[in-house]
Parts: sequence; C-alpha cells; structure tokens
Amino acid sequence: MSSTLTLGHFLAVGAVLFAISVVGIFLNRKNLIVLLMAIELMLLAVNMNFVAFSHFLGDMHGQVFVFFILTVAAAESAIGLAILVLLFRNRASISVEELNRLKG
Amino acid sequence: MDFQTGFFYLFAAVLLFAAYRVVTARNPVHAVLYLMLAFSQASALWLLLKAEFLGITLVLVYLGAVMVLFLFVVMMLDINMDGLRQGFWKHFPLAALLGGVVAAELIAVLWAGFPTIATGAAVAPAPVSNTHALGVLLYTEYLYPIQVAAVILLVAMVAAIALTLRQRKDSKAINPGDQVKVRASDRLVVVPMAATARTAPDTTPAEEGKA
Repeated sequence: MSSTLTLGHFLAVGAVLFAISVVGIFLNRKNLIVLLMAIELMLLAVNMNFVAFSHFLGDMHGQVFVFFILTVAAAESAIGLAILVLLFRNRASISVEELNRLKG
Repeated sequence: MDFQTGFFYLFAAVLLFAAYRVVTARNPVHAVLYLMLAFSQASALWLLLKAEFLGITLVLVYLGAVMVLFLFVVMMLDINMDGLRQGFWKHFPLAALLGGVVAAELIAVLWAGFPTIATGAAVAPAPVSNTHALGVLLYTEYLYPIQVAAVILLVAMVAAIALTLRQRKDSKAINPGDQVKVRASDRLVVVPMAATARTAPDTTPAEEGKA
C-alpha cells in the first residue's frame, strides 16, 4: 500500500489553517468568542504538524505532545469561556473594546 | 492517485473551507458548528496518519465536550452582533496580506526544510496498536507530566467554577466556619434585672376581689 502522500501535504494544510486563523484574529478583533475559536484553530494546526511529523518520522513522542496540547487547550477554553460569561454579566457585551476598565 | 490521497484532498478541502467559515460567519452559532466540522475533518486526517487514538480523542473530547461548552455559552449570551461586525471588511486586505505571508513562509520553510523526510517512505508501523504504544509511553516515560496535566485540569475546573459562582440573595446556605467559631456568649446573653418588677400586676387582682 504505497501512498503518494508526503509530509509536505500535511504541513501545507497545517500552515494554511494557521494562516486562516491569523486572518480570523485580524477580522474579528472585537468579538471575543470568535477570537477564542480562532485560537482553537491555531492549536489544531500545530497539532496537525505534530501528528504529521510523528507519523513520517516513526516517533511516538510527537503524539504524546499532542495529548498534552489538547489538555492545556481544554483548560484554556474552559477558563476563557468562564471569563467571557463573567464579562457579559458585568458589561452586557463581549466587545474587546470595552475591556478598558484597568486603563489609568 | 490512490484512495488515501483522494481522501486527503477531500478532508483537507472541507477542513479549510470550514475554518474559513468559522472566522467569517455572521452568526456565532454557525461559527461554532463550522468549528465542529473542522475538528471532525482534522480527526479524519489524523486517522489517515495512523494516529487512531488521538483522532478518536479529538472527536470525544473536542466535539463532545469543548464544542458543546462553546455552543452552550454562545446560545446563553445575548450578543449584539451588529456592533461587533462594524468595520469587519475594512481590515480585510491587510489581514489577507498578512495571512498570505504567514502561509507562504510556513509552507516554504516546512516543505523545503525536510526534503529527506518528505520524499522518504514512512517508517514501518509498530507491531502493537497505536493506543497500546501511546499508553506505554504515557504511563512510563511521561508519568510525571501526565500528573501535572491532571493537576492543570483540576486547577482549570476550580478556576472556572470560582469565576462564575454567584451568591444568591435568597439562599439559606450557612457558613460552616462561622458555625464552628461560635461561642455561648454569642448566642445567649443574661441580662441582670431587679426582682421588684411585678408591682403593677399586683394591684389588679385586689381590685377584682373588691368588686
């Protein structure tokens, strides 16, 4: 079973995915929840690279690293959403531009 | 083009389209649903890479838990999208330029940087299953890191609860600390009083006896 897929295919997908999430952060500067989703996409792109390298190098340590990245990403999104709920409760808005109470 | 390559292009195309719709969707609920589609396609790509355990974990943990959490929060919040969408396309040329530069650089570096791996054949698969190999590695070499990861999840749970916990006004909950600290003098006060306070009631029975 010889596949014509190479490491470059998967790395290209990861790179384009990362670029799309960078564009998304630029476009949705005001919308905090879409910013969180763009960060999740970035982590997915990084994980894609890790899994691709792990497969093509025959090294399982890359997949272990993906495991830890998934853990930290889940913790990050849980705390991020908690902060989002708290923000909406206090300001009745999730606009990033209203996050200026700490400004002197 | 064999089966695997065809499926790769299918999954990659749907993944990138879903990612594009995540960042441009007008309705945040649609964005979350497209994000779920993107994660499922990524899981399929990982299955092509023979990382079965991680692919299934991505479906279970991300599609099953994290995305539902996102969906729950998005539906709970009453978001005014018109204000958030103002000036959305104004910065699109700059963003597209930056995104193109990032993608071109990443692809150039990654594709040109590993020519021997990209052209060489994949290493022969291990004699044991992917889950077995990952489990052996996790519970021997990475034992302490996985404990730290568990503590991180615990801290995240405590932080999320502590951030969003709200005291209700009509709650009849008691504070155990206050109960333990209480003393008898806080609850019972003995007021010293004179013993001659019953002079007024003494007169009325006497009058009743006369009548």
